[in-house]
Amino acid sequence: MPVITYRDALNQALREEMQRDDRVFIMGEEVGVYQGAYKVSKGMLQEFGEMRVVDTPITELGFAGVGVGAAMVGLRPIIEFMTWNFALLALDQVVNSAAKMLYMSGGQYSIPIVFRGPNGAALQLSAQHSQAWESWLAHIPGLKVVAPGTPYDAKGLLKSAVRDDNPVIVLEGEMLYNTKGDVPAEEYLIPLGKAALKREGDHCSIITHGKMILVALQAADQLAKEGIRVDVVDLLSLRPMDVDAIATTVRKTNRAVVLEEGLELAGIGAQVVDYIQRECFDDLDAPVIRVHQVDVPMPYAKNLERAAKPDVPKTIAAVKKVMYLEQ
Amino acid sequence: MATKVVMEALSPTMEEGRLVKWVKNEGDTVAKGEVLAEVETDKAVMELVARGDGVLRKRVLGEGQTAPVGQLVGVIAAADEDIGSILSSAPAADETAGGGAATAAPATPSAPAAPPTPGTPAPTATQAPAAAQAPSAPAPSGPAPSGPAPTAPVPPHENGGRPRSSPLARRLASDRGLDLGRVQGSGPGGRIIKRDIEAATTAGPAATPRPTAAGDYTDVPLTQIRKTIARRLTESIGPIPTFYLTMEADLTRTAELRQAMTEAGNEFKVSFNDIILKAVATALARHPEVNAHWLGDRVRQFNRVHLGMAVAIEDGLITPVLFDADRKGLGELSQEARDLAAKARARKLTPNEYTGSTFSVSNLGMFGIDQFTAIINPPESGIIAVGAVEEKPVVVDGQVVVRKRVRFTMSCDHRVIDGATGARFLQDVRRMLENPLMIVY
Repeated sequence: MPVITYRDALNQALREEMQRDDRVFIMGEEVGVYQGAYKVSKGMLQEFGEMRVVDTPITELGFAGVGVGAAMVGLRPIIEFMTWNFALLALDQVVNSAAKMLYMSGGQYSIPIVFRGPNGAALQLSAQHSQAWESWLAHIPGLKVVAPGTPYDAKGLLKSAVRDDNPVIVLEGEMLYNTKGDVPAEEYLIPLGKAALKREGDHCSIITHGKMILVALQAADQLAKEGIRVDVVDLLSLRPMDVDAIATTVRKTNRAVVLEEGLELAGIGAQVVDYIQRECFDDLDAPVIRVHQVDVPMPYAKNLERAAKPDVPKTIAAVKKVMYLEQ
Repeated sequence: MATKVVMEALSPTMEEGRLVKWVKNEGDTVAKGEVLAEVETDKAVMELVARGDGVLRKRVLGEGQTAPVGQLVGVIAAADEDIGSILSSAPAADETAGGGAATAAPATPSAPAAPPTPGTPAPTATQAPAAAQAPSAPAPSGPAPSGPAPTAPVPPHENGGRPRSSPLARRLASDRGLDLGRVQGSGPGGRIIKRDIEAATTAGPAATPRPTAAGDYTDVPLTQIRKTIARRLTESIGPIPTFYLTMEADLTRTAELRQAMTEAGNEFKVSFNDIILKAVATALARHPEVNAHWLGDRVRQFNRVHLGMAVAIEDGLITPVLFDADRKGLGELSQEARDLAAKARARKLTPNEYTGSTFSVSNLGMFGIDQFTAIINPPESGIIAVGAVEEKPVVVDGQVVVRKRVRFTMSCDHRVIDGATGARFLQDVRRMLENPLMIVY
């Protein structure tokens, strides 16, 4: 199986979908001539021309709105945000136009649009540019939200996102674009709303999403050396969320650690814990523990940033705690 | 695959154990289930058995040393397996608790001999081999029992309330008909968790009848007045608001019975204490309101009588249980009481033999004590303290005569037993002692 980067997996998905359906086009800052701020749209201007690969001014709210309008009249836009930190300016179009249009128009206008871009922290980009927005976005009925952490998931989920008739948020990661993984040469899709079991074990569950899957798998590897077998569930989709997958793993292991990149209060993990207590109350042998960013604006200083982010040692400590191996 | 040998909880209340004697030497081949060592718990000397096959590679804890439950005491592994990482991760043996016997502590080596061979990481989970080969094995599914020692467990029924437990533990206990009140929690704050239920379920055969089988008891919800009595009196004398009732019984007829039985032959010989135990048991069967446990949010009245019998042993006290004491004949009860007392003194009682009592009796008559008060063994709601059988001048029909008399004092948990309730029960005990045909009926 070919091993390619996360960036190339997204690029393949975009090109395949634009080849497949000429209503699909991509629009955003630097997607054309510059070949993408993170080179995700490399080669696409040359292949599809400037009618379908559209460079925009630095006007997030504006081009997000143009995208919604295009979707209303039958096109299938892919809106690239240079990062989701900048997309904050466009949230009115995402939340009030894209997410609500089908409802507000009494079912007359579906909005088949994709909003995508890197989410969360990279390295030393400081407080305003290191934010994980998924709990804001997953909160909104009318949106679908996916957070792939591997090249395989990135390609399969982005293709499904483009084909879905609802607005779909695709949360990528600056630190993920260069990561590599197996991606089949033949076409495949990953259904929206389904989680994936990335590692099997019966002692404890780690439930996570996005780039934290890499942290979870590293933690699972280290725990395996100590004889601790961990189930690792990658949610992949945050809205809708795969409650069955959450319940299945917790019923098996009786213990869970919920790992996310974002902040604690009203975070994605809070919802996961709610599903667990609702579905698995009688299966729990320990309180669920969450691992997340410390409740501060992301520090710029390298040591403080490291201290604020969730990581492998914090995840391992949480697993041992729910297993009563460390008090 | 290496198997850790850890200090196991060999009694429900055990927090640490003293390794009396290693039965196996380092280098001996051992099979799962074989006895490795003898361990003195808080109650008895018990056997520590191998949980995996292999060679006993290391005896971490020395003879005479003490270790908390959960601590590594040895390692079973293949003959050529690297066990350095297991040994280096083990906490040093508790040398203070060993009481001076810890001089040549063969504890952890300061550094592992060699890094684990790549590709064969030494797993630390006790159940790893079992789980890998036989997923259906009844071993606990987690490596928890081999983990580091949990924090000191608190006694169950702290505050007289229900024990803390995880939802899973409650469900498992309910599925298996296990009373959580009899399980020692090893989680934070004494929380009962899955591994405790599994340990309790696998600890020994379920041969002994437990007072908690379905239908053996009636749970009585607390009425408001009961709640108020419990709350107010606990504020006054807590956590068990105890009061005492003393009564004297005439043992003339009991002495005649005993005399007649002794004359009938040695096999019929019974002691005063046996007759008193039988009388108490028979009376308890008629008074479930006294034969009861305080469970915090309810009172559990037992339909069966499992009578605890306090026995003095060399360095303490233990209460073996006469199960279904009310249903046993006097001779059978006498024999069983003698056997249990002997086993108790030899420290050979198994946990099944000293747990599960619904009510208790303590007797210091043989020491010439006239009367005394005994301390309630929670969650039981009463205990009867029996004094010496003595000849005394008493007035009968206006005449001073000499009679054999005994005084007994019941300590009552006022949350469960009111004065009049306890008095009616004691009246029945006295009636039976004064008319012993009632108990052989």
